[in-house]
Amino acid sequence: MNIVVLVKQVPDSGAERTLSASDNTVERASANNVINEMDEYAIEEALKIKEAHGGEVTVLTMGPAGATDSIRKALSMGPDKAVHVQDDALHGSCAVATSKVLAAALGTLNADLIIAGAESTDGRVQVMPHMLAERLGIAALTGARKLTVDGSTLTVERQTDEGYEVVTASTPAVVSVWDTINEPRYPSFKGIMAAKKKPVQALSLADLGIAADEVGTAGATSAVLEFAARPPRSAGTKVSDEGDGGTQLVAYLATEKFV
Amino acid sequence: MAEVLVVVEASEAAGVKKVTLEMLTIARTLGSPSAVVFGDASAFTDKLGEYGAEKVYVATGDDVEGYLVAPKATVVADLVKSVQPAAVLLGSTQEGKEIAGRLAVKLDNGLLTDAVDVAADGTATQVVFAGSGIVKSKVTRGLPIVTIRPNSTTPSPAPATPAVEQLTVNVTESDKLTKVVERVTEQKGSRPELTEASIVVSGGRGVGNADNFKLVEELADLLGGAVGASRAAVDSGYYPHQFQVGQTGKTVSPQLYVALGISGAIQHRAGMQTSKTIVAVNKDAEAPIFELADYGVVGDLFKVVPQAADEIRKRK
Repeated sequence: MNIVVLVKQVPDSGAERTLSASDNTVERASANNVINEMDEYAIEEALKIKEAHGGEVTVLTMGPAGATDSIRKALSMGPDKAVHVQDDALHGSCAVATSKVLAAALGTLNADLIIAGAESTDGRVQVMPHMLAERLGIAALTGARKLTVDGSTLTVERQTDEGYEVVTASTPAVVSVWDTINEPRYPSFKGIMAAKKKPVQALSLADLGIAADEVGTAGATSAVLEFAARPPRSAGTKVSDEGDGGTQLVAYLATEKFV
Repeated sequence: MAEVLVVVEASEAAGVKKVTLEMLTIARTLGSPSAVVFGDASAFTDKLGEYGAEKVYVATGDDVEGYLVAPKATVVADLVKSVQPAAVLLGSTQEGKEIAGRLAVKLDNGLLTDAVDVAADGTATQVVFAGSGIVKSKVTRGLPIVTIRPNSTTPSPAPATPAVEQLTVNVTESDKLTKVVERVTEQKGSRPELTEASIVVSGGRGVGNADNFKLVEELADLLGGAVGASRAAVDSGYYPHQFQVGQTGKTVSPQLYVALGISGAIQHRAGMQTSKTIVAVNKDAEAPIFELADYGVVGDLFKVVPQAADEIRKRK
């Protein structure tokens, strides 16, 4: 099975994040950039399927030059190769434009199965898998906590607010996964060394036949008008339980009219 | 006044969800609200009218309900083309976002997710970076397609008598690629839904085991709240994943958030720090959760919580 995993580099969600003052896009240049955590689960799932059914795993990333670090990290887990869509004109692309670019790149890869993390920690927009399926005219099975592959039939269990759903489709398809689906492996030393030699193909907008003004800030379908940091919360009252902590807690809740 | 399409979040078990009423309330500042219901709408029409829906569009049948979201996006796209609405509002839920994404591609139109407000001119306010930033943004191509986060605004009634219109559903074969073979409703009792609840009581690693979560549930029930859990608690198998609050779980923004035995790692804060009032019980006085708690008790939750529960019962 020919599997493509979508990998995004994002600013570390554990550190302070901001928008660039010049154009209100996510500040990536000065951030501590890491592989989007949920994508590691997507890579793991792809590797498990390859191990069980054979095939090849390709990492696909759209991002600036520095995204190479995350691509190598992804490859160190075990995928065979990577494709890096990189073009200065992509800076500031909205989700709609990003889906156009990724769909074009996927068009060159002939994937049976495309696996993505359910969302990225920077935008948390959560729409890319369905946008790609819409553009490619293939199935989308999103939010998987369990994926079963039986020949060309995919079955996914996905959580809902009230329980779960079981959905099924035939390949080719896009599947997105939550962090409940597996436990990603740590790259081995051998994997890290091997990753350095794995092929990373660069694709530009010209390679994909997309004009520069269809993407990036120029082609964006939405714009951020202003950004402000939310004032951090300040600590309130802290009491030590001296045997009446529960009573005091309820007294506080009562003054706030919660009981 | 132009119509504003509100894609209804509702279920047989939960009825019309609160986020739908919030969307109808916001929609009234943008135009004339028209609700879009997938599946039988008869049980929902009155409620939708109570909050200002002038019209209720209904799309039913296996072509819509038997497949994953794609047919719903087609129905909404067709409706956008025929009624030329001023905006489309959807819930910032998995399904709402998925429909919005497909709709944006179909219409080559911008979209904004996780909005907490939409102004009359279509400018949306979004909370970003796990509650640490606020942006104002606008769709610059096409009409505003905006997903609204639950608990963003207080729904206010504005009674109307909606005209119900049954839609003709014309979905394509490519909308029917992902078939829903089973929908399982898991018992959730009478507790409110996590993202919509005005009070959430969550347990973390400090709760110790799955059985002890009864304590969290008991306090939640006494307060009329929902139960949540930290990632540490979910990963340890104490509580099911659908109740996880945090970066990789649900984002909640209730009036009151009670954190029991939760240290307050960034992963957790990301999902709850926009809560109005935060209360924490933790035995570690240095736990980061106390940095954002309006009221914190440093103590053993197995002593503090039962005492609090008794005190609430006494006051009732």
